[in-house]
Amino acid sequence: MGEVRGGGGGCCPPMNLFRSEPMQLVQLIIPMESAHVTVSYLGDLGLLQFKDLNADKSPFQRTYAAQIKKSGEMARRLRFFKDQMLKAGFSPKKSATQADINIDDLEVKLAEIEAELVEINANGEKLQRAYNELVEYKLVLQKASEFFHSARSSAAEQQSEYASRQIGEESLDTPLLLEQEMSTDSSKQVKLGFITGLVPRQKYMAFERILFRATRGNVFLRQAVVEDPVTDPISGEKVEKNVFVVFYSGERAKNKILKICEAFGANRYPFSEDLNKQDHLVTEVSGRLSELKTTIDVGLLQRDNLLQTIGDQFEQWEFLVRKEKSIYHTLNMLSLDVTKKCLVAEGWSPVFGTKLIQDALQRASFDSNSQVGAIFQVLQTKELPPTYFRTNKFTSPFQEIVDAYGVAKYQEANPTVYTIVTFPFLFAVMFGDWGHGICLLLATLFLIIREKKFSSQKLGDIMEMMFGGRYCILMMALFSIYTGLIYNEFFSVPFELFAPSAYACRDLSCRQVAKLLGTLDSTTMGLIKVRPTYPFGVDPVWHGSRSELPFLNSLKMKMSILLGVAQMNLGIILSYCNAKFFRNGVNVWFQFIPQLIFLNSLFGYLSLLILVKWSTGSKADLYHVMIYMFLSPTDDLGENQLFAGQKTLQLVLLLLAFVAVPWMLIPKPFILKKQHQDRHQGHSYTLLESSEDNFQLGANHDSHDHEEFEFSEVFVHQLIHTIEFVLGSVSNTASYLRLWALSLAHSELSSVFYDKLLMLAWGYNNVIILIVGIIVFICATVGVLLVMETLSAFLHALRLHWVEFQNKFYEGDGYKFYPFSFAWTGDEDELSL
Amino acid sequence: MYGFEALTFNVDGGYLEAIVRGHRAGLLTASDYNNLCQCENLDDIKMHLSATEYGPYLQNEPSPLHTTTIVEKCTLKLVDEYKHMLCQATEPLSTFLEYITYGHMIDNVVLIVTGTLHERDVHELLEKCHPLGMFDSIATLAVAQNMRELYRLVLVDTPLAPYFSECITSEDLDDMNIEIMRNTLYKAYLEDFYRFCQKLGGATAEIMSDLLSFEADRRAVNITINSIGTELTRDDRRKLYSNFGLLYPYGHEELAVCEDIDQVRGVMEKYPPYQSIFAKMSYGESQMLDKAFYEEEVKRLCLAFEQQFHYAVFFAYMRLREQEIRNLMWISECVAQNQKSRVHDSVVFIF
Repeated sequence: MGEVRGGGGGCCPPMNLFRSEPMQLVQLIIPMESAHVTVSYLGDLGLLQFKDLNADKSPFQRTYAAQIKKSGEMARRLRFFKDQMLKAGFSPKKSATQADINIDDLEVKLAEIEAELVEINANGEKLQRAYNELVEYKLVLQKASEFFHSARSSAAEQQSEYASRQIGEESLDTPLLLEQEMSTDSSKQVKLGFITGLVPRQKYMAFERILFRATRGNVFLRQAVVEDPVTDPISGEKVEKNVFVVFYSGERAKNKILKICEAFGANRYPFSEDLNKQDHLVTEVSGRLSELKTTIDVGLLQRDNLLQTIGDQFEQWEFLVRKEKSIYHTLNMLSLDVTKKCLVAEGWSPVFGTKLIQDALQRASFDSNSQVGAIFQVLQTKELPPTYFRTNKFTSPFQEIVDAYGVAKYQEANPTVYTIVTFPFLFAVMFGDWGHGICLLLATLFLIIREKKFSSQKLGDIMEMMFGGRYCILMMALFSIYTGLIYNEFFSVPFELFAPSAYACRDLSCRQVAKLLGTLDSTTMGLIKVRPTYPFGVDPVWHGSRSELPFLNSLKMKMSILLGVAQMNLGIILSYCNAKFFRNGVNVWFQFIPQLIFLNSLFGYLSLLILVKWSTGSKADLYHVMIYMFLSPTDDLGENQLFAGQKTLQLVLLLLAFVAVPWMLIPKPFILKKQHQDRHQGHSYTLLESSEDNFQLGANHDSHDHEEFEFSEVFVHQLIHTIEFVLGSVSNTASYLRLWALSLAHSELSSVFYDKLLMLAWGYNNVIILIVGIIVFICATVGVLLVMETLSAFLHALRLHWVEFQNKFYEGDGYKFYPFSFAWTGDEDELSL
Repeated sequence: MYGFEALTFNVDGGYLEAIVRGHRAGLLTASDYNNLCQCENLDDIKMHLSATEYGPYLQNEPSPLHTTTIVEKCTLKLVDEYKHMLCQATEPLSTFLEYITYGHMIDNVVLIVTGTLHERDVHELLEKCHPLGMFDSIATLAVAQNMRELYRLVLVDTPLAPYFSECITSEDLDDMNIEIMRNTLYKAYLEDFYRFCQKLGGATAEIMSDLLSFEADRRAVNITINSIGTELTRDDRRKLYSNFGLLYPYGHEELAVCEDIDQVRGVMEKYPPYQSIFAKMSYGESQMLDKAFYEEEVKRLCLAFEQQFHYAVFFAYMRLREQEIRNLMWISECVAQNQKSRVHDSVVFIF
């Protein structure tokens, strides 16, 4: 803390996580010809957040819209290649050779490759289409010839039947007309036409229906199912189809049927009645099929080779195009100088990056052979700079936890520093079991050991979160092992790890009972202290005893209050750090001090009582003491007195607490009003002095100073703050009792699982039941205790930090520093590009 | 049911209402249109649209764009959204959603029949059809020679079948007949939709009756104006008006006898809601009428979103999107043909 209190600037270099990096608004004037290189180098550096100076212009009115369109087009080509590669089953590989390639060359090359690929595809498609048509044709030939065969044989049968009948039944009974009918039939026979083809199966019913309706039933339709899906020549998709043969008579019917076929996407194929011709056709089609097949294969091979070469360099190209696009997007944010010879950029950069940026600028102007170098200058501004913390992989999850609540105001005290320890610790208080802790530790160690592998690959949503917070989970696991040792719980079983229990049975009878029950005793009545106190944590003898719960509850409850009061005090002290750092004396005297007094005179005193009670072993009732401190402060404490002079102390503390409330409430608004008036008067005189400043940031400056001061608003604000703090100190302290509640729930749940599942199964002396019991126990332990309890303890720890701790000092209304960097463009642009 | 929508609506309709309101938030705003109107070529339009919800649909289009591609892709997005909603919908919302597409179905039928009459290629015609109004056997429409056949062959399977009962004649199809058929179908459709909405009751009935009445009245005016100077008799004209709406029945009687546009105007100015529309136009002018009607419609459609727990938002959303696509088409055409001065002629700002 000591070094933090120094505050007031750059005098605390080692703790750069406590205050965000000092930032500056810089202006770069870059000659037109070296702009591209400069921005590219700055992107490599990643230390400058450009401000959009053309916010009022629409995207296509900006200077580099054409270039963005060009790179958009290149990105489209790359997507096309990727699509093609996916279809062909290639995956873009990381190429070992980083061929140096210019963006202009790349554009030409991409266009060439695209044209080539499109041509190959078109050829391939044409061939494929011809091939598919032939396949369909072959199917039609096969199926239709089956129809004709069966029809012919049945016709022959009928013929012979008819002939036999004619011979057998040539009697007087035979109607005279029959013969005539038969004979005229053949002479008058209309030439039946037919159409063969394939129709998609799902449309077949509708097809049949429409055919029937259109020709008023004057068609004969035969169909056969094609078992395997057929590739449709036109769409190129696999479709299930039926072969059909339609017989019709007359030209009009034919036209209608043709139209219907067309409308249903039924492909028609010529078919001959002549058997010889059929055979001939079949052989011809088969021959052409095999020919086409080889041609298609060659084409495919050629395409695969092309895709292979694309795949080798794909990643590099993609990166290049992305980089190019982001450079132009950045260049579009710069404003064009009046002379149109240089671009003006404004942006935020951390102060430590000044040298690096200047170096990059020099390199850029050297590399682009520019005659004039870029100009770098720092601007004065009253705008609030962005917040930038340099985190590493260990601190970043904790910073994330804080940022999820709100990004710290520029240079505000950052709670992350403390969260690194307090967060896992509060978690562990609720999750105290060293068995569970070890399980958690193993899981997170797995993530940490395979860190290299995991960080390079894409993980699922939840896995990603776990992986991102792996060091946080590591700390949580370590702390829960620690608290687990204190609570002396290992899957709810106590162990005599550090020493034998301090208590033993007084006499023999008690020992026998103990043997019977398996534990030492169900009461503590018969126990006497035989050894020195158990050196670390809770004595295992408490487990299973009748007074286990009252003992642990009282312990954990008091501990929760101690932890809570300590953390809230830390929060208030941090508000002092902020006030000191921003040189805000009002906040020190009229906020920090009364708050500290108020909290500590009530709950600090309670903590003191708890400590005194623990160390002296007194039996005083602390509820009683606290309640009667308010109700009748002058009464005698009687047997609840813990130390001499307690009554006087209580009176003083109570008085202090009552004084602290108006102290917090009343003076601050008046002082602010006075300050505002002073500043306002002074302003009219000092305007001339700072004319240089005003020149540069005219509008900003003015709007800041002429801000209206609404006294009533400020007063109400202060009132709300005061009420919130006063009530909050009670409710927040109570809120810390969740530490006790969750820890109780955790230990009770785990003991239920242990006693009612594992021990019950054990008791049956049956292997199968035991195995089932063990399996259920493991599932319950993992599912409920390790996953759900972890989540709930995490959430409660989160809440304690966000609400109870951070509301004492944290403003959290800043905005994050997003430097222009190529490292970012990696995955974020994937979709939009 | 009225008054209790808040209690029960969300059981089935809540999710979809949320979805449709989300979609509505993606409609282009006036500033978008302003930017679009400033575009120099179609690539600029694409670039601007890529920042909107249309982005994913346009991003893979190779660079020389055509107006038709833009419109096609934008329509595709609407169709995708519609299909998603239809899949999620339960009765009676799914029927309601299906009703929305019948109008397109009628248009498609008329398009194909007219096209075949003029011996166009069926596939070419199919491409021009609105994808929302497609049904399985639509291509077979080309086979039909007269309305009876049309009905018997194809339409009997479609939801349009009941609407056809009024217009079956054995006359051969010609342009006039087809136009009458379209209007008769539309009349039957609007009346059916109106009845359906009344049956649903509650806020849906209230709002939809307003929207559909407006639609019916607009059609009545259009029919009147278009039939002036044709051989359509007054009685026939009267028969094409839908039997509901603000103009029904007295306005219809008066419209039926109108001989020129100024008489129509005279009739319409008696109705306060339409007075403002006609007040914007000078005498004898009918070009701007369409736009004026569209503007009024958009205003009413937007108001449908002001109330919660009813189905009219789906209707309103579909209509607004269609208007937006019409706007985009107009802007793209103007940009493509270098007629930027006319860009504002037909664009209806939605917000």
